[in-house]
Amino acid sequence: MSKRAVIGLVLLLALACALPFVVSSYRTFQLTLALVYSITLLGLNMLTGYNGQISLGHGAFYAIGAYCAAILMDKYGVPYWATIPVAGVVCLLVGFLFGLPALRLEGLYLALATFALGVSLPQLIKYKGIDNWTGGVQGIVITKPDPPFGLPISQDQWLYFFCLAVVIVMFVLGRNLLRGRIGRAMVAIRDNHIAAEAMGVNSAMVKSLTFGVSAMYTGISGALGAIAIQFVAPDSFNVFLSITFLVGIVIGGLASISGALYGALFIQFVPNIADDLSKAAPWAVFGMFLIGFMYLMPMGVAGAIRMGLARIARRAQNSRPGAA
Amino acid sequence: MEGFLHQVLAGLATGGIYASLALALVMIYQATHLVNFAQGEMAMFCTYIAWSLTNAGVPYWIAFLLTVVFAFILGVVIERVIIRPVENAPVLSVVVVFIGLLVILNSVAGWIYTYTIKTFPSPFPEQPILGIRYVSPHEFGAIGVTLVVLALLYAFFRFTPLGLAMRAAAQNPDSSRLVGIRVGWMLALGWGLAAAVGSVAGMMVAPIVFLDPNMMSGILLYAFAAALVGGVDNPAGAVFGGFLVGVLENVVGAYVVGPDLKLSVALVLIIAVLVIKPTGFFGRVHVTRV
Amino acid sequence: MALLEVSGLHASYGLTRVLHGIDFSLDQGAITTLLGANGAGKTTTLRALCAMVKTEGRITFDGARIDGRATEDIVRLGIGHVPDGRGTFVHLTTEENLRLGAYVRKDKSAVEADLERMYGYFPRLKERRGQQAGTLSGGEQQMLAVSRALMLRPRLLLLDEPSFGLAPLIVRELFGILRTVNEREKVSMLVVEQNASMALDLADHAYLIETGRVVLSGTSQKIKSDDAVRRSYLGY
Repeated sequence: MSKRAVIGLVLLLALACALPFVVSSYRTFQLTLALVYSITLLGLNMLTGYNGQISLGHGAFYAIGAYCAAILMDKYGVPYWATIPVAGVVCLLVGFLFGLPALRLEGLYLALATFALGVSLPQLIKYKGIDNWTGGVQGIVITKPDPPFGLPISQDQWLYFFCLAVVIVMFVLGRNLLRGRIGRAMVAIRDNHIAAEAMGVNSAMVKSLTFGVSAMYTGISGALGAIAIQFVAPDSFNVFLSITFLVGIVIGGLASISGALYGALFIQFVPNIADDLSKAAPWAVFGMFLIGFMYLMPMGVAGAIRMGLARIARRAQNSRPGAA
Repeated sequence: MEGFLHQVLAGLATGGIYASLALALVMIYQATHLVNFAQGEMAMFCTYIAWSLTNAGVPYWIAFLLTVVFAFILGVVIERVIIRPVENAPVLSVVVVFIGLLVILNSVAGWIYTYTIKTFPSPFPEQPILGIRYVSPHEFGAIGVTLVVLALLYAFFRFTPLGLAMRAAAQNPDSSRLVGIRVGWMLALGWGLAAAVGSVAGMMVAPIVFLDPNMMSGILLYAFAAALVGGVDNPAGAVFGGFLVGVLENVVGAYVVGPDLKLSVALVLIIAVLVIKPTGFFGRVHVTRV
Repeated sequence: MALLEVSGLHASYGLTRVLHGIDFSLDQGAITTLLGANGAGKTTTLRALCAMVKTEGRITFDGARIDGRATEDIVRLGIGHVPDGRGTFVHLTTEENLRLGAYVRKDKSAVEADLERMYGYFPRLKERRGQQAGTLSGGEQQMLAVSRALMLRPRLLLLDEPSFGLAPLIVRELFGILRTVNEREKVSMLVVEQNASMALDLADHAYLIETGRVVLSGTSQKIKSDDAVRRSYLGY
């Protein structure tokens, strides 16, 4: 990475660490959720942006991760930090298994299949047979974790830093994955899967793996979200959540790691802004934001930034003496 | 046996509604290769307009006609004003625009008309038609209206020059321009027709499920599934898919699992079909040149 | 005055410029051919005339400027275009394809008469009138493409590589019909071709295009008889 990028990241990190001490408790909570969503969006972006498989059902994996955390904490007294890897592994498996039959489906058909997943999961959770575990319609309440080692910070602040740490780990892992051989294979499959296979890429394995990894990210994120909100219930994981995630990665910018952050900030804060602008029809304002963003930045925020930087670089090049 | 027959016929009635909406989806898909996720909300919004008209004392069939015209104009305007600017954007970006449209329509309807459920009148008489007791007069009438709409659409596309031009524009926009077809306006017309068809579906289903801003979301999902099961580039397939899904939903809901899980089960079955036949029953198998 | 006058025509695909200032003209009633190798810019020139690519320069048709106008409007002025690859509406029937050619015309009975006339020129199309156009052979689709453009009753017909993929016998048949149409119905023609010898037999005038510029022009007679030109530019 260039020196400029490293400096930029360090500054960003410093800012991120300072924030919970300068903003209100509620704002810290909101930022924590934005961090949580950014992990989901990175996972979804891997699947849809880099690998070209559309998913309208990632809310289901988020729910599974959330319920893993809630059930483990509530029924088995597992400490909150230990639920994260469990949620990740469970969702990795579920995602991979879902990815296998989904291999045969492309584009719209895959969209429908994932949509079905997103729609059915809340109904399945509410199913009477597993009431004891899932708490049925009422859901499960969990306790907020305390800062460890008696650190002199509030619970909200601790949660923020905990999530920030997980975000950093997941983003570093993700970046390595996407820049490596598998990441290139993912993009090759997205752009021309016949050519990719002709070059020896095991398309089926990569696609299923991508589904699994994407689900894992989302599951981890769901577990974090459950801990942050201290509550899980089936109706909070309806299909609209899945649609929100999709909106998030498109607005943030497909096939972009930073896009996950921009998208997360959008889906966390813009509904609040819309609510402030219009009490009567806040979603109408949100819808206008969506359309407006797509008119102005069809490639998402990350795409717009990329194009802006490229234009500046081109102009600098052209103004140098001896340019073409 | 009687119960089963009732389920099947009621399924055909709702199936007709799914078929209409699926047809609207396929029409836009054929012309643009995009699925209009806002189709359901557009239909819902137009149904509210019809409700306002009938509430104001306008006779049913006149309100019906006015609503269909309104829907047509709404479709044309939406295509020209909202979709046209992003027509060259990446697919998912256009999907987000559709989602935005969906959310706006839903929210505005809720704002103007509130979220309390309203009853919507049925134009069909109360007494069973022709002594048929397995299906209500409205369900029977809904099947009839659906079939009339489908027949009119078929005749339009097959036998009129404008219908031919629209088919051409959807299949091959470049060649269409070379014979002088204004492709942009054909697109707008397609949207108008699709919206009109959707509004009919909305007005037929509202008496059954009652009118509220969220009434179309489940139906849109079924219509989407129906379009895919029939083959998303095949209008006749969409119609077939619609009826199939309607019957499936009813039978599954009545005999396999209760109404809570019937949506999930129906969807799972549809996906099973798609895994076996990835392009649907009647979809065109796309041969790609490598 | 020439029917078609082109001066300083530049055209680009995105940021890539393909035509670098083409000048040529076509007289009323003439058949002119644009020759050149693959990638020379011949197809681009035709597409530029119909506003299918981004252009700069002057294009005058029958005294009026047509550069900057939309394709659909240019067609209405009487320019028919038989595109590269034929552009058949493959899922529509042969007859539907032909009727679409007359889409902008208002004279219904004359359209019916023209339809019969096309079937007269190309009896095989009549045999296959109800068949899906995609199932026609290459030669038949080419005849369909030409007939479709003629159904417009154009004053100028643009043909993009009409001989492509066709057996020489069929090409001869097709070019013969084009000659007839030109003489009988006074349709001027601009033919882009890679097959230079056949094109020079059909056309009165020729222009040779190389990497987006006109490098040679003259009557076909002159170019055919000039051995040096033939050998170095046309390869035969």
